[in-house]
Amino acid sequence: MELIAFYFFAGLAVAAALFILFTRNLMYAAFGLFMSLLGVAALYVFAMADFLAVAQIMIYVGGVLVLLVFGIMLTQASRSGANYVRVENGNLPVRLTVAGVMFVLLLKVLFSADFALSGPVESQKSTLKQLGMHLMTTHLLPFEIIAVLLLAVLTGTGYMAYNRIRIR
Amino acid sequence: MNTIPVTHFLVVGAALFSIGLAVASTKKNAIGVLLGLELMLNAVNINLVAFSRHDPHLMQGQLFALFVLVVAVCEIAIALAIVLRVFDHYKTIDPDKVNRLQG
Repeated sequence: MELIAFYFFAGLAVAAALFILFTRNLMYAAFGLFMSLLGVAALYVFAMADFLAVAQIMIYVGGVLVLLVFGIMLTQASRSGANYVRVENGNLPVRLTVAGVMFVLLLKVLFSADFALSGPVESQKSTLKQLGMHLMTTHLLPFEIIAVLLLAVLTGTGYMAYNRIRIR
Repeated sequence: MNTIPVTHFLVVGAALFSIGLAVASTKKNAIGVLLGLELMLNAVNINLVAFSRHDPHLMQGQLFALFVLVVAVCEIAIALAIVLRVFDHYKTIDPDKVNRLQG
């Protein structure tokens, strides 16, 4: 039963990703990314990462996608008029071949690898408490560094977007 | 929940990574390239989370995935700001046409 649900969400993620690859409409591609990210969030649930699944939905679907749609809107030449954000796919056969070779190579590595997994899957409970404990104890330094990084990104993007309006 | 083997996650991750690679190299639009980048980062995160399942006490995979998530968001914000500037300067965001440095 779980396996069927897993296949459903994995298929959803992969199908939406393929839709991004083949669609010509950039707006539809953004919505395809939305479906794909939702599928990935469901896969996180199957991997017992409940907090990451919720964070994925909140950050990607709530934040990044809105940002991307804003980016699409701001970078369209107004002359096109129609509500259709066309984007060409350049040199598709060659790059599909490259990606396909990459996929086959990855599969070959995956199925020939012998992972030394430390133990069987256990705990069914939420990982939220453990994650918080680790962030505040063993992983405190990266946590602080990433806070500084977020601050730098906030000021940097704000500065770039602000100056852009003034130069015009 | 114990029934899904780790290989299933890895195959999905590999598929998403390859599709992301194809998207990032095919789209003739900088934002399309960013969509592909996001797909690739998500594929990597699936692998990290899948392996973290076998490490329920330390959970280094999930912590790493969390940091990857935040860095991906930073990257997309900066990249979109750069794309906006490029659009102002060149009036296009086709990566093939932004070639003023080309000899």
